[in-house]
Amino acid sequence: MSALKPKHQRLVLVIVAVIALIAAGLLAAYALRNQASYFYVPTQMIAEPPAPTQAVRLGGMVQAGTLETMPDGVTVSFVVGDGEEQVPVRFAGILPDLFVEGSGVVAEGKLGADGTFIADNLLAKHDENYIPRELEDMTAAQVEQTVLETAR
Amino acid sequence: MIRRWYLWLPLLAFVGFVVLVTSGLMRPMEREVVSRMVGKPIPGFALKPAISELPGLSSADLEDGRPKLMNIWASWCLPCIAEAPQLEALKAGGAEIVGVAIRDKPEDVARFLAQNGNPYSRIGADDLSAVQLEIGSSGVPETFVVDGDGIITYQHIGDVRAEHVPMLLEKLEDAAQ
Amino acid sequence: MIAELGLAALWLAAALAGLQLIAGVQSVRQPDGPLASLARPAAVIQGVLAAFAFLMLLWLFAQTDLSVKLVAANSHSAKPMIFKLSGAWGNHEGSMLLWVTVMALAGGLIGYLERRLPEVTMQATLATQAFVGLGFYAFLLLSSNPFERLATPVAEGMGLNPLLQDIGLAFHPPTLYFGYVGLSVAFSFALGALLTRQVTPNFARAMRPWVLGAWIFLTLGITAGSYWAYYELGWGGWWFWDPVENASLMPWLAATALLHSVSVLAARDALRAWTIMLGVVAFSMSMMGTFLVRSGVLTSVHAFAVDPERGTFILVLLGIYIGGALTIFALRAGTVQEGERFTATSREGALVFNNVMLSAILAVVLVGTLYPLLTEAFGIRVSVGPPYFNPVAAIFTLPMLAVMAVGPLLRWRRDGAKRISKPAVFLTICVLLVAVLVTYLSNASLLAILGLAFAAALAVGSLLPLRGRNLLRTPLATWGMVTAHFGIAVALFGMASESAFSIEKLVAARPGDMTEVGPWKITLDGIEPVAGPNWTALQADLRASYKGGSAITLQPQSRTFWSPERETAESALAARWNGQLYAVMGSGIEDGRRQLRLWWKPFVPMIWFGGILVALGGFLSLIGRLTADLKRHYVRRRSAERREDAQV
Repeated sequence: MSALKPKHQRLVLVIVAVIALIAAGLLAAYALRNQASYFYVPTQMIAEPPAPTQAVRLGGMVQAGTLETMPDGVTVSFVVGDGEEQVPVRFAGILPDLFVEGSGVVAEGKLGADGTFIADNLLAKHDENYIPRELEDMTAAQVEQTVLETAR
Repeated sequence: MIRRWYLWLPLLAFVGFVVLVTSGLMRPMEREVVSRMVGKPIPGFALKPAISELPGLSSADLEDGRPKLMNIWASWCLPCIAEAPQLEALKAGGAEIVGVAIRDKPEDVARFLAQNGNPYSRIGADDLSAVQLEIGSSGVPETFVVDGDGIITYQHIGDVRAEHVPMLLEKLEDAAQ
Repeated sequence: MIAELGLAALWLAAALAGLQLIAGVQSVRQPDGPLASLARPAAVIQGVLAAFAFLMLLWLFAQTDLSVKLVAANSHSAKPMIFKLSGAWGNHEGSMLLWVTVMALAGGLIGYLERRLPEVTMQATLATQAFVGLGFYAFLLLSSNPFERLATPVAEGMGLNPLLQDIGLAFHPPTLYFGYVGLSVAFSFALGALLTRQVTPNFARAMRPWVLGAWIFLTLGITAGSYWAYYELGWGGWWFWDPVENASLMPWLAATALLHSVSVLAARDALRAWTIMLGVVAFSMSMMGTFLVRSGVLTSVHAFAVDPERGTFILVLLGIYIGGALTIFALRAGTVQEGERFTATSREGALVFNNVMLSAILAVVLVGTLYPLLTEAFGIRVSVGPPYFNPVAAIFTLPMLAVMAVGPLLRWRRDGAKRISKPAVFLTICVLLVAVLVTYLSNASLLAILGLAFAAALAVGSLLPLRGRNLLRTPLATWGMVTAHFGIAVALFGMASESAFSIEKLVAARPGDMTEVGPWKITLDGIEPVAGPNWTALQADLRASYKGGSAITLQPQSRTFWSPERETAESALAARWNGQLYAVMGSGIEDGRRQLRLWWKPFVPMIWFGGILVALGGFLSLIGRLTADLKRHYVRRRSAERREDAQV
């Protein structure tokens, strides 16, 4: 190891660093191909179902009237739709804060062989409110009204 | 200079990063779920009135030959307050606006209208977001342009700002043809 | 009036930054030019003015002056004073003003105090600092003016949201900002040294306290952020590899690498170009973190008010500063003389190895964070989570930990592997022993087993540099290193233990039901309604007893807020010395049962204690360096005086 020719030490260090970074990049690229979870909407999931071993995400709206709790009390089932197709989902756990029928949801998990999506995790993503960019487009009177409403 | 080629690698990587995020910024925000219903006829529904003073809303009301704006809103939604003056402006510009109040209570709706003005000719109460879901809206406020035959021709996501008013009026005019 | 004073001070400060830039550039070109003496005073006055502007904003918030838009939007007269004040920086405009203020104060401090470097380098450094500052002034004054008035004052402010009245939220963002600003100073030093070809040990010594300080704040910020997510999100996890979390981790990784390479440069005059490079990278990572969080190009589980326009502004600044710096680097770094040499088995060799590993981890995290953006360009939406980050980062982390355990035992410049073979063999046995033991006793995953094994070895290895030393005479900086390395071992132990031994249970329980989670027996005593200022909640009374011991009460809540209507789950924690019990209550079921999610997480608090230890190590090191610098300064002055006396 100590046989590094002193003359080329800097070049050697640079090459070591570049090789390590390229290795990191290649490793990352390889791992990303296998480990990144792809995002599906119900229509895509029906058309090209992912392999049952592949972790994916399913996004859509929780269809009204489909949320049910199983007899064990901790497993829930519901249907996620995108306006065209629908996918049944099963999930054991505590529903996230923003989760209600009719809200948008992203479910992480795998598609079971029977066509039911088994979710490990749910993200209720869409806030019902679009965040107003600023108050600047409101007149002062409106701000006041809003304030009164929120303070009440 | 050839021997120092590697000194340019960091800059190269950085340029790649900037190109990537710039393209990311340029792309329209994907979190806005665009309805698949645009260009399709509105599904059949009949909503009861949200307040006693105004009639409710059914899909038949949207097929009476006159194009309309259908505003999805709620009294509990802050941006809806922000867009109220723009709705008034649209009404003044000749638009007929019908409302769908999402998961709301009659007294809240009445108070909201008393405070922010009432641009609506009809308001249906959508207590379970059923209609909202069927027409592919994922939040409030959203505004749909529906032509005289009940076909959805345009969807505006988020609050209507002053700069959107002429554009929406134009869409409405297009829908009339 | 107060708001106008603040705004005027801000404009003046910006003008002084302009003057500082011109004076700095002038005097680099022409060291005895007419403006040469102006850069330092400009930096000092600029710092004072920016601080004044920030004080004015604090004053406005303390008074709840509702004619100012920012106050009206973010404060309320009924808030406790501490939250009124923290409201001043708890929003975009105020936080940018805080950023600018800290940056100007830092510039003023180096302008006033730093005398070790050649004057021309200092001028270039101050010019760079002013150039960076100007961008932020422009951002602040043109697009996010915190002092803007409302046409008509409102009757009451809008910021009574109790969700935001959280002491953690009040101090978390400024902690990260201090870190980012410290890295901006390091960036200025690096460019100043590069532009004037003065990449010397003295430069490293001048830069080191800023890097150390930044690193301490970043460490604390990440630790606090992780605890907040653990406690607040109610998912039982402490790190989600979320873009926002990665955005705070990446500057930390770069700063850690920079910290170590600066030490090599200061002690041994090696790694010159590499240190400059890291200085640029560390600052670019902190700006990129801000950009990713604010622009919303990546979606995150943490709620942030995103604004693409502001994101674009930060991106433009990022492009100018980092693109410019990297171009200068490419043009100039070739002319920086190669530093002192060293062999592979030396302290430098070990530090270089770890620097490279840290850079590789940084690359892995960066690639993973940006990958969704890349695929989205091709219309495919993906998300990248723990299944990618954990193993890939571990591939580079484990060798780094191994070298970290023995590296401090090596001598500078040249050492034989033989000298450290004994401790190395001892530590290897340590690793194997723990690994075998854990594999035998539990069904932990491979990563968790390796984590526990390396944590044990690193804990022992990190203490070895103290062996055979007089502990009272050991320099503070060495204590700092030992503490920080030990802290990493402690945190790693917490992480691996959480992953290996956590027990999770999901039940639907009626009042009176009893359930077991690991060593705990938990009884649901009842569920009762409670009310808060703008929410009502159902609160579960859980009686938990550890191995039959006396019971403690946990009260997780399921809260319903009104206006806007939403439900949140408030988790409840019970901490013992050997772990935490974590309870979340879910929704009710028609038959009267209630969902409960319970975790027993052995040793999980070690993660955050470790983080605090790491920061403490940095602090000890900083104190040690600063006192050493002061002593050296004092001795030099004394000897200079003596020389003068002798001449007389």
